[in-house]
Amino acid sequence: MSILINRDTRVVVQGITGSAGSYHTQQSMAYGANVVAGVVPGKGGQVFEGTVPIFDTMADAVRETGANASMIFVPPPFAADGILEAIDADVDLAIAITEGIPVRDMIAVAAVLDSPGTKTRLVGPNCPGVITPGECKMGIMPGHIHTPGNVGVLSRSGTLTYEAVGQLSAVGLGQSTSVGIGGDPIIGTKFIDVLTLFNDDPQTEAVIMIGEIGGTAEEEAAAWIKANMTKPVVGFIAGATAPPGRRMGHAGAIISGGQGTAESKFAALQGAGVHIVRSPAEMGRRMAEILG
Amino acid sequence: MKIHEYQAKGILRRFGVPLLAGEPARSPDEAVAAAEKIGGGIWVVKSQIHAGGRGKGRFKGAVSDDEIAKAARGEDAAGAGGVRLARSTEEVRSHAADMLGSTLVTKQTGIEGKQVQTLFVEAGCDIAQELYLSLMLDRSVNRVLLMASAAGGTDIEDVAESNPAAIKKIWVDPAAGLMPYQTRQLAFGLGLKGKAMKSASKFFMSLHRAYMEMDCAMLEINPMVVTGDGDVIALDAKMSFDDNALYRHKDVAEMRDPSEEDEAELAAAEWNLSYVSLDGNIGCMVNGAGLAMSTMDIIQFKGAAPANFLDVGGGAKQEQVAAAFRIITADPAVKGILVNIFGGIMKCDVIAEGVIAASKEVGLEVPLVVRLAGTNADLGKDILAKSGLAITPASDLNEAADLIVAAVQGA
Repeated sequence: MSILINRDTRVVVQGITGSAGSYHTQQSMAYGANVVAGVVPGKGGQVFEGTVPIFDTMADAVRETGANASMIFVPPPFAADGILEAIDADVDLAIAITEGIPVRDMIAVAAVLDSPGTKTRLVGPNCPGVITPGECKMGIMPGHIHTPGNVGVLSRSGTLTYEAVGQLSAVGLGQSTSVGIGGDPIIGTKFIDVLTLFNDDPQTEAVIMIGEIGGTAEEEAAAWIKANMTKPVVGFIAGATAPPGRRMGHAGAIISGGQGTAESKFAALQGAGVHIVRSPAEMGRRMAEILG
Repeated sequence: MKIHEYQAKGILRRFGVPLLAGEPARSPDEAVAAAEKIGGGIWVVKSQIHAGGRGKGRFKGAVSDDEIAKAARGEDAAGAGGVRLARSTEEVRSHAADMLGSTLVTKQTGIEGKQVQTLFVEAGCDIAQELYLSLMLDRSVNRVLLMASAAGGTDIEDVAESNPAAIKKIWVDPAAGLMPYQTRQLAFGLGLKGKAMKSASKFFMSLHRAYMEMDCAMLEINPMVVTGDGDVIALDAKMSFDDNALYRHKDVAEMRDPSEEDEAELAAAEWNLSYVSLDGNIGCMVNGAGLAMSTMDIIQFKGAAPANFLDVGGGAKQEQVAAAFRIITADPAVKGILVNIFGGIMKCDVIAEGVIAASKEVGLEVPLVVRLAGTNADLGKDILAKSGLAITPASDLNEAADLIVAAVQGA
């Protein structure tokens, strides 16, 4: 088992012919992802890399190929439209890699995600994607650093997630699934959603959770962990040195009005029994100590 | 992105938000002309800088360093502030001459202050009551939040601490939009009645429309005032925008004031690099925002201090890497550089070539530690080793931090 994606996942790529979309689709296919369709409005009938049929709409792609998970590389001005099209096509999972979607667009997307008729889970936007090592890669992470195993990884960051995975692999710990939930202020799947999945996944024995400054999602996750989590969690928060009021690269990484500091998040996680590490270089080693 | 008060008011006027008559001015003559155009016998002359607390701020050179230090802490200091009342055009002229070109220090600018290059001359006003209002995204519910308090003129953070019950909040349903019953609820909650309640209600509606249509990140009116006649007016206006939405607001993008921004940050923006200046002496170049923050954090964890946040992004080209290197080395405080790359999309050999090209171009005068991992890491390490430059390789994040901290502290 694993969470969100596995070797049976049937992947459709929205924006498969763009430069990022085509490159990362090739990489995902080389890793073993079962990419069954692409969607580019106006390019229906063409074929990607000689094997993947391209459709004009998500509805066509899902009907013709049985695709159940979408990877979205649509440029920012049109990305919300792309996400809503994926939701309308009722795929189980939509992973939006796109960075730079306006907040106003995402407010509308979030409202649709919350409505009772919606069956799709959104991961991202502004995220590296999801990988189940040895089975399926839907995202832009380097596949070769991952090893199959029993540690779940979840993070708001991209390369810092790779850092955690690299440290785990270096101490001989594989990963069940690694999920980048995204660095934007409004994201679909939150820490608690992924923690719930990891808690219920028999393959996952422990979790590394990586937060960062901005918002209160880590504090909310800490409360959930305290009440529900049955597996050990190692936690790190990026941005202890970030000055208040400044946006640190990610649109969502900003301390505003005294809210969203690393100290507050570390304290909440510690209070919930999470094994926090103050040095980002200690994530893998700490996990190795815990799993003995 | 932030804009000045006078620019924000120009936008709010388009949305029918009630404002006082006012004009920007860049010289004492312009200030007097503005006052004459506005008319009346009383004006307020306001420094235009991207920071709050201007009234309690003090000008460098005009008062002692002790008073400047008090102003930087937000305490009451002796002397005249960055927002002044004038009862004659002569007074307008002398205030303008005092303020223009001078450096204003407020609680929000920090001790270095900001130079005043523009003033906003506004008509005086009969104030019966001062209130606070702001709009922003509430990230925990993905909705726009309107927050108001009867304590106008005070920092909302201070009110939140001393009297949280005084803060009234309403959240906007994205499907329905802001409804009149909600704006009445907010106005009644502030203790407004009769005409003032109706004016405030309408005021909230207009501000919300401006916030949404202009893709604001934050809109703060502090104070919004109720006049003796029951009118509601935006006395101050602070507006910032969602950078990701600027492509649909070209007029706003043109309002950017480069003099308000850090030189290194502007240079970085030209190369699509995300850069924030900090106070330490170890320059950092990293790919990815989370890893860039973590690199700063581990430097501090090891007892030193980072000079900057710098994210070269996901797919940086060699020229961008070289530009990043130039920006870091241009900071005279930098005594050592740590390059930390975990290649995903980014290929480590590209980084290595960029670092070598830049080192040769600018001359490498401080210790440089490079840690490469991920895609093409071995190729990158090989390129660095053969470069003949004094680059210290590191095998992981921990070693990289130890090496650069030791190099800087040993120097």
